Amino acid sequence: MYDIIIIGAGPAGLTSAIYAKRASKSVLVLEAKAYGGQIINTPDIENYPVAAHISGFEFATKVYEQAQALGAEFVFEKAVDIRDLGDIKEVVTESNVYQAKAVIIATGSENRKLGVEREDELVGRGISYCATCDGAFYRKKSVAVVGGGNTALEDALYLADIAEKVYIIHRRDEFRGEDATVKSLKERENVEFVLNSQVVKLNADKRLESIEVLNKDGSTRVIEVKGLFVAVGRIPENQNFGKVVNLDQSGYIVAGEDCTTNAKGIFVAGDNRVKNVRQLVTATADGAVAVSEAVKYINNL
Amino acid sequence: MAVIDVNEKNFEQEVLKSDKVVLADFNADWCGPCQMLKPIVHEIADERADVKVVSINIDDEEDLAEKYEVFSIPCVVAFKNGEEVARSVGFKPKAELLKLIGD
Repeated sequence: MYDIIIIGAGPAGLTSAIYAKRASKSVLVLEAKAYGGQIINTPDIENYPVAAHISGFEFATKVYEQAQALGAEFVFEKAVDIRDLGDIKEVVTESNVYQAKAVIIATGSENRKLGVEREDELVGRGISYCATCDGAFYRKKSVAVVGGGNTALEDALYLADIAEKVYIIHRRDEFRGEDATVKSLKERENVEFVLNSQVVKLNADKRLESIEVLNKDGSTRVIEVKGLFVAVGRIPENQNFGKVVNLDQSGYIVAGEDCTTNAKGIFVAGDNRVKNVRQLVTATADGAVAVSEAVKYINNL
Repeated sequence: MAVIDVNEKNFEQEVLKSDKVVLADFNADWCGPCQMLKPIVHEIADERADVKVVSINIDDEEDLAEKYEVFSIPCVVAFKNGEEVARSVGFKPKAELLKLIGD
């Protein structure tokens, strides 16, 4: 049995591992994919203290190595359930069951999908969730961005420098994102706003050729684009834990700044927690806080 | 076997005319998930004598990326007898990559 099992090896989970090892606890980190979480997609981190410039991959690798050097164990399996047996918690993965005194859920979030037919099949063949990752492949081509928040607006601005034409598709006529970005977009000759509209169909043979959008007034329009960048938000990866901890309406685990959930001995750290600011620095901070509370809990058992 | 760097000039010889199944890893230096995938691709190259693993830098080889319709990286394409048989996009664990070559 471990003292602490950490689910997720993103910045929050890795920082938890460092703090837990330094508190002399035995630690198992479970990760479904690769260490690092979504930060590995960021080419350049400029807002983390000390590191003026560091790539997300380098950041993740350094923190991973730091946790490993301190003795944290890593197993690459997806956690599908937590069984709360009181003083003992069991974490069930697709192939094993692990026991611990305390669990920290640091699973983060994933891209929200549009929910249009063929979307999954066309990922990498026209559908993308990351403009800075894939934008370069659409040089001098027409692309569309879907969404109304800052990510969508910034993606559109980024793509306007690369692509021949950028359509920004939003289901309302006003944006949630910053006015300044909207203004910059309006000044670009190659950006066209398609408002009050949603994407209802993807037309593709082997790869995306065009999209069909439906306007609120009932009219439809086919737009020829080689790329469709989906920026309609993120969803917390808490789907497997709703039975043991309270989630809010959007699926985030309910916990205050102390990272303590309604279930004794189960804590949460990072983007999958209810909070206002989801940044690298708040994720790592959660890692430290969650461990501090977990250690207090274990020492009182 | 080591991972072979492939470009426009040797692509036909190394990939299309290969006797072995080929795993072609399209990547770039600026792509984080590509760096995560690299050690896995190298492991497959070391362990599997029956598979040829090649690396293609899409910044240097734009035409190859375009020709093979690579629009997101990392992208690993499996070739058999000069034909694409499977591909995977994004970071994938080793087992998933091995599935591309039918394991």
